[in-house]
Amino acid sequence: MIEKEYIITAPEGMHARPATTLVRLAKNFTSVISICKDGKTVRLNSLLNILSLGIKGGDVLKVCIEGEDEVAAAEALDHFFAEV
Amino acid sequence: MKGIGVSPGISIGRALRVVRQKAATTGILLSDDEAVREEVGRYKDAVNHSVKDIRTLITIQEGSTPPIGSVLPGAAADILEAHIEMLTDPQLESDILEQIRVGKKNASDAVLEVTGRLVETFRNMEDPYLSARAADIEDIAQRLLKHLGALPPQASSLEGSSLVTPGEGPALVTPGGGPVPTTPGEHSVPADLPFIIVADDLSPSDTIMMDLRRIAGFALQAGGSTSHAAIVARLRGIPAVVGCGTSLDKVADNDILVLDGATGQLWVNPGDNQLMELRRKKTALAENALLLASLKDVPARTVDGRRIRLLANISRVGDMKDAFQHGAEGVGLFRTEFLFMEKNSFPTEEEQFLAYRDLARASQGTPVTIRTLDIGGDKPLPYFPMPKEQNPFLGHRAIRISLDKKDIFLTQLKAILRASSFGRLKILVPMVSSMQELRAAKELFTTAKDELLQKDISFDRDIPFGIMIEVPSAAVIADLMAREADFFSIGTNDLCQYTMAADRMNDKVSHLCDPYHPAVLRLIHFVIQQAQLNNIPVSLCGEMAADPLATLLLTGMGLEEFSMNAPSIPTIKHIIVNSSMDKARQVLRQVMEFDDPSEITQYLQDINA
Repeated sequence: MIEKEYIITAPEGMHARPATTLVRLAKNFTSVISICKDGKTVRLNSLLNILSLGIKGGDVLKVCIEGEDEVAAAEALDHFFAEV
Repeated sequence: MKGIGVSPGISIGRALRVVRQKAATTGILLSDDEAVREEVGRYKDAVNHSVKDIRTLITIQEGSTPPIGSVLPGAAADILEAHIEMLTDPQLESDILEQIRVGKKNASDAVLEVTGRLVETFRNMEDPYLSARAADIEDIAQRLLKHLGALPPQASSLEGSSLVTPGEGPALVTPGGGPVPTTPGEHSVPADLPFIIVADDLSPSDTIMMDLRRIAGFALQAGGSTSHAAIVARLRGIPAVVGCGTSLDKVADNDILVLDGATGQLWVNPGDNQLMELRRKKTALAENALLLASLKDVPARTVDGRRIRLLANISRVGDMKDAFQHGAEGVGLFRTEFLFMEKNSFPTEEEQFLAYRDLARASQGTPVTIRTLDIGGDKPLPYFPMPKEQNPFLGHRAIRISLDKKDIFLTQLKAILRASSFGRLKILVPMVSSMQELRAAKELFTTAKDELLQKDISFDRDIPFGIMIEVPSAAVIADLMAREADFFSIGTNDLCQYTMAADRMNDKVSHLCDPYHPAVLRLIHFVIQQAQLNNIPVSLCGEMAADPLATLLLTGMGLEEFSMNAPSIPTIKHIIVNSSMDKARQVLRQVMEFDDPSEITQYLQDINA
């Protein structure tokens, strides 16, 4: 399992557009990806769950990736969060 | 009739009602496994059909040039893509399937139940952006219900082919599918009058389906300033009034409707005279807006060449864009209180650093003055207990708290210093009333710098450290203060009420709190003169900066930096570019002759007219 932390640098937090991109990105991998904020954990395959976390600019997200392609998935996430 | 104005401007048009059908739960429980299987199948079909609908919409959006783009180029497609993701959301699916399988509900009841709860959850979120997402969930629910037969097929009366053909034909299609009736009713309605949409509320799909170029305004029963319709209206500059309540039911199709999106006022079938007056107001507003907008990129310079800087007062990084749109040349006052009020405990150095850094980046190289925490008895923080004071305005507040709780102040200073590598930041300390306070604050400023130097963290070594002049004692010793402060910022609101010993919130004495009282004007003049004698910059960031009556007077005193709420900038700039320094000095001389504030105000009104 790979664990990573990301800081959301966009001041407005995570809006629907990047969240949609993120969910679609996660669907390209077989690994189970979950995201954890303030003790609440949700699967990354649900846009509604991600939005309901209320992610704001400056928030720290913990992401857990587990599965066969976890290394590739982690790389893709690194890339995604570097751009958001 | 009155609602809440959420997007300014006056629009005159004919009413077009958009009726949203509401589905009710049936309460019927499924009798056997066969029925459950059937409902699961119906639900899955409804999802597939809804996704297909949206894909068609996206294709139409992308295929049209120019984009019918009711919302913003690209934004419509983004909303629709998010809707597809919501429709196929595994969490939503498993919740709905559980309602069908375990709760024995039919598919439409299950959809209503699950989406209803989700809408509530989102609506209650603090973040206005997220709370507005409730409209998206309602939107996908409507689509599902339409395909489940719980709503008539034209669930959104706006969906129809002629709508998405820009340019010709009716802007909308009525629920029956036919074009909008254009035959006038009792009153003759000019056919070229644009539409004003009258509805309970509008969903994202509704606004995407509209050819907004033919819509002059929105009048909605429900909603607030963060509702989807309000956001779209502001983005597209369409006047809108929301929250009108059920009185809107009286409006019929083709009624002549006038709405003022600034005040929230609505007129239904106004008389000829009133209509003419409203038309005049609309034209005047439009001309004025055009004139002011044309000044946006013009530098504020008097006709004889004195350059004046017009800056914005802001509280959030997000306000920066708006400030630039109004022609601000930077930020003269960034209030840090919001950063502290939004949290449940004191924000850490890192949290503050990120916020100030974002601000510095957003400022695009323009100067930004950050004011350190200005709290007190009347401006409390939820997590910082402050004993009730008999006289909070004369109590433990602003710099007095900062010098007392040194770690809070140091944390903020370090965060600002770290962010100073990313832009032209200045530090401003509020409520200073003596040299000793200024020196104590500067000592902590040096400590903060030393700590960063020791850790080898880079910052702007020349970052200016200035003070607010808002307490009369500081104004009176401005000559001394100017030797040790890097700049002054005059806060006229507090300076005025402290000088006059009159609370501006107390109706009985607020008339005394007049910034045009000679005592206040003399103090301001003295502060500006002393700053100039000592070669330090001075700006003014109180309400007076945005008051057109004061512009020439302050310019005559030698003020070169005005900081105000961004929308006032064009008005003030308009005065400056049409005046000379000679005129400004003459105004100053004349004003200083008067001893009565009302005479001064009268004189300033006369020369402005």
